Amino acid sequence: MSSPAAAGVGATEPAKSGGGGSPGARAAQIRFEHVTKRYPGREQPAIADLTFEIPAGTFCVLVGPSGGGKTTALKLVNRLIPFDSGDITIDGRSVRDLPVVELRRGIGYVIQQVGLFPHMTVGENIATVPSLVGWDKARTRARTLELLELVGLETGDASRYPAQLSGGQRQRVGLARALAVNPPLLLMDEPFGALDPITRLRLQTELRRLHREVGKTVIFVTHDIDEAITMGDRIAILRQGGVLAQYDTPDAILAHPADEFVAQFIGEDRALRRLALRTLADVKLQPNVAEIEPQTRVPSSTTIRNAVSLMLENDTDALLVVDGDNVRGVFHLNDAGAILDAGAGT
Amino acid sequence: MTLADAANLHTFVDAGRFVGDHPGFLATKALEQLELSGAALALALVVALPVGVVLGHLHRGSSVAIGTSIVGRALPSLVLIAAFLTILGIGFVNNMVALAVLATGPILTNSFEGVAGVDRDAVEAARGMGMTGRQILRRVELPLSIPLVFTGIRVAAVTVVATAPIAAIAGGGGLGDIIVNQASYRLAGVLGASLCVMALSAAVFVCLLGLQIAVTPRGLRRTTLGDDPARKELT
Amino acid sequence: MSGPVIPKFGEGSSCVRGDHTFCPGWVRDHWNDTLGPALVQHIELTAIAVGIGFVLAFVLALVAHRLRVLEQPFGIFSALLYTIPSLALFQLLVPFTGLTVTTVEIALVSYTLVILFPNIVAGLRSAPPDVLEAARGMGLTQRQLLTRVELPMAVPAIIGGLRIAVVSTISIATIAAFLLPQGLGYPIFVALKEPTPFKTEIYSAGALAVGLAITCDLALVALRRVLVPWNRV
Repeated sequence: MSSPAAAGVGATEPAKSGGGGSPGARAAQIRFEHVTKRYPGREQPAIADLTFEIPAGTFCVLVGPSGGGKTTALKLVNRLIPFDSGDITIDGRSVRDLPVVELRRGIGYVIQQVGLFPHMTVGENIATVPSLVGWDKARTRARTLELLELVGLETGDASRYPAQLSGGQRQRVGLARALAVNPPLLLMDEPFGALDPITRLRLQTELRRLHREVGKTVIFVTHDIDEAITMGDRIAILRQGGVLAQYDTPDAILAHPADEFVAQFIGEDRALRRLALRTLADVKLQPNVAEIEPQTRVPSSTTIRNAVSLMLENDTDALLVVDGDNVRGVFHLNDAGAILDAGAGT
Repeated sequence: MTLADAANLHTFVDAGRFVGDHPGFLATKALEQLELSGAALALALVVALPVGVVLGHLHRGSSVAIGTSIVGRALPSLVLIAAFLTILGIGFVNNMVALAVLATGPILTNSFEGVAGVDRDAVEAARGMGMTGRQILRRVELPLSIPLVFTGIRVAAVTVVATAPIAAIAGGGGLGDIIVNQASYRLAGVLGASLCVMALSAAVFVCLLGLQIAVTPRGLRRTTLGDDPARKELT
Repeated sequence: MSGPVIPKFGEGSSCVRGDHTFCPGWVRDHWNDTLGPALVQHIELTAIAVGIGFVLAFVLALVAHRLRVLEQPFGIFSALLYTIPSLALFQLLVPFTGLTVTTVEIALVSYTLVILFPNIVAGLRSAPPDVLEAARGMGLTQRQLLTRVELPMAVPAIIGGLRIAVVSTISIATIAAFLLPQGLGYPIFVALKEPTPFKTEIYSAGALAVGLAITCDLALVALRRVLVPWNRV
């Protein structure tokens, strides 16, 4: 009874539980081509000749200072804001080709204040787009339960009202609602901005896990460079006026900032941040020579940055990397520098 | 329909002529009505205003304060006037009391809301500075509550002036004497008196609005025309 | 429409003749010819006024929601209407529509309209901007936005307005007795005209009017609890 065409760009059957599968089937490739947006009466354009490509299945973070145009860029994709020139394509098809309502039903959209409908239950909120595109009740119900589990909520939550939920729970519902018809693209506008740091951290981790499982293309806007580095496969740094300052993997940006602006934006401690991107499991460790008995033991899941921090704290220059009973090797302070030199993106 | 229209306008013209022919008489009646209304309003003010302000300051009895308005709306003025007639006999006093009861609702509710609704932060700051409760009331809460309190007084005044004609059947006098007495004054007279009542209540409205604007502290001035909290949604 | 039969004092029971405060016997005897019909007429007058007023207000509010133009003139109109005593308004309409139910209804509908319109408009506006943005982003059409989001969220304000409108109308409808022998105001009116005002009739008609108002108010509150499970204030 549901028509895939009505479900919008590329939306397909709901994912089987367990996720996986080829990202291409349920993820879209996005391309910005010379996109410009100018607000009337303003001299500077909000977005100027923005061009970049997001491969299917990538978690792409748009980051930059306030007013840099990142939210504007996001809203151009689902045409909440119209753009003046250039084009945005989803899997090669211009966003202008579809009727706007159909376009939006095929894209998941999550905002900071969530915008849950207060007069509907959680279940009814999630069922909004499915009911718009004509799913039957049984299918919707099954999908709702599936989504609740996916975002870490309980089955019983389906009949509760938003007013009864905490901020973190509401954001989870917002995410579930956006994923309802399994759209190939997810737009997220500072979704964790209004949450306390602990909840934010938890949700960031869960979103990463979810992305690994479900493999959609995500465009995620934030002003927080740390969040960008944590979450992103690719990061697009937008300068004032929507100008693309740099677009690359987190490690590459940290290793080789494109200019002064980027370097300032990511901070002077970028070397340490690079070290935070990798764990001791990723590096080659020295064998444990019998004479050297490092006093401090750490698991291999420790990031290199935390390892360095531990060494400084304990006034030592070597750590013994042990997983349970399994001795993996020794990590020396000197080796940390070598990792940075080994190059970005490896 | 056109012929009938001509007849209707004719009646209004007659009404205008009535007013023109009896200015003194109407003025006397209007004054009578203002006297009654003023007395009723004064009575309501003396009773309801302090109660509302104190309750609002203490943040207690909100159900009472808001309930009076609801009950007041459910009490038809006719019923009030008739009931008080039977209790207090015919004359000035029974009508004054009945109208005062009518006026109590808006005054009590609005003075409560006005004082209770003052920005909590301002009150908190005042307390932090070491003001006593009475000082807070006098220097912070009362000035800030003027818009709402005055709106309540204004609504009450217009309500009383507009309802006073009904008191004529209970000996209340005023322009109502003409309006309920169509036999003597004919439609023209009744219409003329009705127009006068309208003018009177409009005048009261404008005067009190002017007074309100004059009394409102400069920082709080904003248009409150049409703001009838008694009409506020009961959600 | 039957005129109520008022007993001559000489004929009544001892209670009536003695003009005691309240004579239950009289109430029982004259329920069918006086109080009952008056109550029914009153309910009819109110129901018609609120019904028509609501429909008009609803349509106007939907229009005003789309085009902001209506609000200012309406605000002025309603401020003016409130300065017109209900009795005067009735009288003003008489030259046009005569001493008929129509006259009364026009006035009552006006008052209802003036209460309901701003409340419905406010209710339609009560959806927070982030909810509307999320809804647009999800691909709801303008019409779906209205029917699925704005209207359901307007229900509390609408019921709030209905409560005020119904209670006010019941109250004002008593004044209709000055024009027509209809409604609960009429028994009171007649009782007042007696040489000694007849207390029982006044109190019983008055109690019915107040009781009617309170019952309707409570009924609407109950309706709200049913229709708005998401916001139990």
